[in-house]
Amino acid sequence: MTNTIREIGGADFILAIGTNTTEAHPVIGLQVKKALRGGAVLAVVDPRDTELARLAHHHLRIRPGTDVALLNGLAHVVVAEELWDRDFVAARTEGFEALRETLAAYPPERVAEITGVPADTIRAVARGYARASRASILYTMGLTQHACGTANVLAVANLAMLCGHVGKESSGVNPLRGQNNVQGACDMGALPNVLTGYQSVADEAVRAKFGAAWGAEIPSRPGLTVTEMIEAAGEGRIRAMYVMGENPVLSDPDAGHVTEALKKLDFLVVQDIFLTETAQLAHVVLPAACFAEKDGTFTNTERRVQRVRKAVEPPGRAKADWEIVCLVARALGYPMGYASPAEIMEEIRRLTPSYAGITYERLDRGGLHWPCPAEDHPGTPILHVGKFARGLGKFHPVEHIPPDEMPDEEYPMVLSTGRRLLHYHTGTMTLRTGTLEVRYPEEYLEVNPEDAARLGIESGDLVRVTSRRGLVEVRARVTDVVPPGLVFTSFHFPAVAINRLTNPARDPVAKIPEYKVCAVRVEKAGPAAAV
Amino acid sequence: MASVTLTIDGRQVTVPRGTSVLEAAEAAGIFIPTLCHDPDLSPWGACRLCVVEIPGMRNLPASCVTEATEGMVVYTASAPVLEARKTILELLLANHPEDCLTCHRNGDCRLQDYAYYYGVRASGFAGERRALPVEDENPFIVRDMNKCILCGKCVRVCQEIQGCHVVDFAYRGFGTRITPAMNVPLGESTCVFCGNCVAYCPVGALVEKPMLGKGRRWEVRKVRTICPYCGTGCTIELNVKDGRVIGVTSAPDGDVNGKALCAKGRFGMGFIHHPDRLQAPLVRKNGELVEASWEEALELVASRLKEIKEAHGGEAIGFLSSARCTNEENYLLSKLARAVVGTNHIDHCARL
Repeated sequence: MTNTIREIGGADFILAIGTNTTEAHPVIGLQVKKALRGGAVLAVVDPRDTELARLAHHHLRIRPGTDVALLNGLAHVVVAEELWDRDFVAARTEGFEALRETLAAYPPERVAEITGVPADTIRAVARGYARASRASILYTMGLTQHACGTANVLAVANLAMLCGHVGKESSGVNPLRGQNNVQGACDMGALPNVLTGYQSVADEAVRAKFGAAWGAEIPSRPGLTVTEMIEAAGEGRIRAMYVMGENPVLSDPDAGHVTEALKKLDFLVVQDIFLTETAQLAHVVLPAACFAEKDGTFTNTERRVQRVRKAVEPPGRAKADWEIVCLVARALGYPMGYASPAEIMEEIRRLTPSYAGITYERLDRGGLHWPCPAEDHPGTPILHVGKFARGLGKFHPVEHIPPDEMPDEEYPMVLSTGRRLLHYHTGTMTLRTGTLEVRYPEEYLEVNPEDAARLGIESGDLVRVTSRRGLVEVRARVTDVVPPGLVFTSFHFPAVAINRLTNPARDPVAKIPEYKVCAVRVEKAGPAAAV
Repeated sequence: MASVTLTIDGRQVTVPRGTSVLEAAEAAGIFIPTLCHDPDLSPWGACRLCVVEIPGMRNLPASCVTEATEGMVVYTASAPVLEARKTILELLLANHPEDCLTCHRNGDCRLQDYAYYYGVRASGFAGERRALPVEDENPFIVRDMNKCILCGKCVRVCQEIQGCHVVDFAYRGFGTRITPAMNVPLGESTCVFCGNCVAYCPVGALVEKPMLGKGRRWEVRKVRTICPYCGTGCTIELNVKDGRVIGVTSAPDGDVNGKALCAKGRFGMGFIHHPDRLQAPLVRKNGELVEASWEEALELVASRLKEIKEAHGGEAIGFLSSARCTNEENYLLSKLARAVVGTNHIDHCARL
């Protein structure tokens, strides 16, 4: 996020795109509701009629995969009606003319045809966003999990810069990140192309710095992403994998293929707190401590580094992941040892300019937003104030490209996936709480009443959902939360392993899979039962 | 901002205009008891426990809804004030179960604290008592409306913080109670089970079901940490007794969330001590995963990774790190991959 979570509550216009905030980020949802109580206008872009959509002044019920067209359409109106922030664009950005040329092809009437959103709504939202004084854009994976995910995000940035809604309080471009420490895992260089603080492995000076600190040569060629590694495993180019706290068998697209690929490995190590579907395929499973059993830090979606504190001992002979990694390194002949996570953080901050000022002592007094370059630096709650990180903000003109897999005669419907309020990711934790799974024991597929009538499906019926890659059976819930032609479910339940169906087609830059759109066929599978 | 100066219990206090008498007294370190007041919620003036004496006013005003004005004189503990508070407490206790022995909030109950502080016993007004069924049909929250003091905090939390408007006052007079629309149980209402009402309830009317009978409040050690679910990063307090996490309570001042949490953060920690937790290393032998020592497992990991690296190079090995693990652990896995094994094939589920 460019801004903090609490600032959302102070916005006077919120454009929420592809984010089911009140279910996936419930406490951030409270800030949206706070802004609404303060008189803010909310526009929600989502094919589904979520709780957030029902709170909105404008619900833009977009056809899945047409976000670029919509965002370009909004920007078109802003330019055509002279609502753009001339001072901001002149002083702080570059590439406006190229953007203007691209936007010319996206008048609201054409965009309405592509997206299904009425032209008048597009105009109203564009005007509201541009004229607001504190306008915040929120987005989640409804925007990014597309083959054009990078283009979607660039289109968002274009719109925000065009209106000057960056680098000031309660505005900005705010991706809401899904996992407790997904921001931190990225910050720490658990990515194939960068080391900590996004320092590139391709940069010789960076490699020299880390090489000296680590006493080893750092390979210069960027590595493979998750889905590429799985592909490489299937082709025999990756022979061994070490998986710490991930469950790709359920979380990755085209799950059938993932399982086959992992089975081909010569050696698979899984380090986890439960015997997950992935761990069941491993040659060695290492028992790890959970968050309550270790010290450390998590970095949340607003870049706030916060202290995680040990409350209880791990079960049996389980150990904290940091201890296990040290043991493995030493078994491989590398001297890796720390007295505590605080000592590891000392090493991290020496190598990472954006974390240089972050110490455990300071974190005991409260979280700190990176970049925090020195011990006397207060942290940076708002990014890009006065100046963008790269200097001038660059407009990247982007064009609408349809999703990789569109409905056809054989697979006439669109499947989209996401999250539910009471569950989390692959259900490893939330199906074992004694509470959440009692209240929400079984997953279902949302089917629009029109489609249900055509297919002879009623709520509670077991239906078979088939894509080009696989099939699952799941009970239907007939509801107008989804529009005709779209079905939706979550990936939380192993019994409904929906990622056997999803399309591994990836965005060419971010390599994010297109979970939000794949073509499926839905048919009745068995007799009715209560839902 | 304009300020006003008033005199509370003989002390001069200067506060910004618009401050309530209660807030002015708190700013000066002067104690006034409250049940229905919370700085996170709109002022309410329902419980009347915070009454004070202000010469010139015709009765004892509730300090939480009385604005401090220039030259105002306030007595917070005069004889009429103390008598009024005792009477209010007697009235509340006259219709409150004398159930402290088994009440989950024993030792952490504002009503109990004030009864103790003012020496009020329950017997003041004998008469009819509520006899409502205790509602515990959902897995998260037990509602005992016999213990409810009608302070309305849960109503305001649900409206003003959670924005769900699930519960409100219903019925009249002695029959007044807090309930979802149409008086259905919570489980049949639109409740999302964030439990934020529980966090604000000053008595034992709303309690966390999973914690019932697991530990008295004074036996519990509270460990301040961060929720392990989504990327919001809410501060939570793990309640620990005898080496076990028995539940979660809100920290009073979470950096991101204040006291607010969601159902997962407040009620979703049962996985920590679940019997399915892995307790020992497992090694595959004859196709089966069987328990092994750490030495054996580590030796196997090291020897196989070395063999594969020697035969095919470091780039034949891939690492998946974790958005669930700490920064320190992600850093170390990157170091293991890059410095020890010699591969940049490291990623995690940021894209999934």
